[in-house]
Amino acid sequence: MLLKYAFIFILSGFALVLPLVSIVAGAILGPRKPDPVKNDIYESGLNTIGDTWIQFRAQFYLIGLVFLVFDLEVVFLYPIAMAYGRPEFGMAAVLVTLLFMALLIVGLVYDWRKGGLEWQ
Amino acid sequence: MAEWYQVLMAALVGAGVPEWIATAIALLVGVTAIGLVAPLIALILVWLLRKVISRIQDRIGPNRVGRFGLLQTIADIVKLLSKEGINPSRADFMAYNLAPILSVFGVLLLFAVVPVTRGLIGVDINVGVLYIVALGSIGIMAALMAGWGSNNKYALLSGFRVVAQLLSYEIPLVLSMLAVVLYAGTMRFGELAEQQGNFLGLGWYVFLMPGAALIFFVCALAESEQTPFDLLEAESELIAGFHIEYSGMRFAMFFLAQFLGGFVFAWVGAAMFLGGWQGPGVDLPGIGGFLAAGYMMLKTFAIYLLMIWVRGTFPRLRVDQMMSFCWKILVPLTVGLISWQMVVQVLDLPTPVIAVLVLVGNLLVMGIGLYAVGRAIRQEGFRTKRAFTPDSLIGTMQPVAE
Repeated sequence: MLLKYAFIFILSGFALVLPLVSIVAGAILGPRKPDPVKNDIYESGLNTIGDTWIQFRAQFYLIGLVFLVFDLEVVFLYPIAMAYGRPEFGMAAVLVTLLFMALLIVGLVYDWRKGGLEWQ
Repeated sequence: MAEWYQVLMAALVGAGVPEWIATAIALLVGVTAIGLVAPLIALILVWLLRKVISRIQDRIGPNRVGRFGLLQTIADIVKLLSKEGINPSRADFMAYNLAPILSVFGVLLLFAVVPVTRGLIGVDINVGVLYIVALGSIGIMAALMAGWGSNNKYALLSGFRVVAQLLSYEIPLVLSMLAVVLYAGTMRFGELAEQQGNFLGLGWYVFLMPGAALIFFVCALAESEQTPFDLLEAESELIAGFHIEYSGMRFAMFFLAQFLGGFVFAWVGAAMFLGGWQGPGVDLPGIGGFLAAGYMMLKTFAIYLLMIWVRGTFPRLRVDQMMSFCWKILVPLTVGLISWQMVVQVLDLPTPVIAVLVLVGNLLVMGIGLYAVGRAIRQEGFRTKRAFTPDSLIGTMQPVAE
């Protein structure tokens, strides 16, 4: 068991090194002639106006929050799905699981009715 | 059935190598194999995409370098290596440079758990499906970092769309995979494949859960930024999307990650819904193992070709269409599907009846989904009709005088 995670650990090191090596190789092999115009922001040849890092719409936060709620619930649902149907998983557990799903559905309906899913 | 590293270690120990060296050699062989095979697959995928898209568009495609243009991608890589990597003066250094590395990192790690054949899986961990789900988020982070760190307004817009699209479509994707896990009761890719081996190796979950399979496919298209959902790098709107400021090898890394990402989703789909390595004749001695690996690759490339076909055929969605398709059609349908399956599986019924009920639920989900999409398309049609007379659309493109 430990060996399997050791494999993933070594692979993660390798997966970091592979792109790093190719980028460094590209930097060594390629030319390097920076000039102010080339290093400027590319926006179809026009001069940039204003700052890029601005405040943005609250809707993206809203989507992010809804995603967070759903993703957390799904993370809980995976272990439940593994245990579901086993003899130790009694009737009370099944009812709690269905209640959990009902909460998810109520949350979705609430968000929908409040207009959180409308994209303008 | 022994796994590949156990076989390798047994052989090495039998040859008189100390055990810890044998372990190290086995691990390094596996890691190197994945690290070498993944970029090679990407080379083939780039060639395949260009060739198939060309054929769809009535062109020939790459045909100069090597036979059938097979070496074209290698020539492209050499060219990209000799290109200057431009460092934009106003970009955020950390986010800008870390993004391409992270995007490859997230995709390459996915190759650790996808199965090739019985006993030949990088590692057959017992949380395989959850591992795929968890690592899927690293690619999203990388795209977000690139979008924000480039300090470019087009890249920033693309970063916004990353939040809107990739985050949203992750939920139906994960829920459709959950439908399979709920039915099979395992997250191990090896066991998932074994369970689909009934009926001469044709007891695939796609026949049992066509609805979940369809939703998985659509979400895989969205997550791997394929065409109906390629809002992140819509050339006609955002120039290149979040990787607009990248050049040379750093750009190539995003490209590699995108192709491999689509391929891994095809692979996971083949393993979960199309029976993995199962097929007629995989239990034969000797030839069976090769046959199984062949089936696995055949199914994966079949799904990937389907993705390319969709890419070459469909127009791009609008942002609000894309969002409401996810949140108002896919998410309620998958949540309903999971609830239905939970109710059905807890009833004290014989297995074939449960299977039929699950199938009925899936067909219902497909029906409702297709009806909802059809209605939305008809409404869009009405909206368009009000603005243009369809008969005179070619040539004039004038709004109708009211």
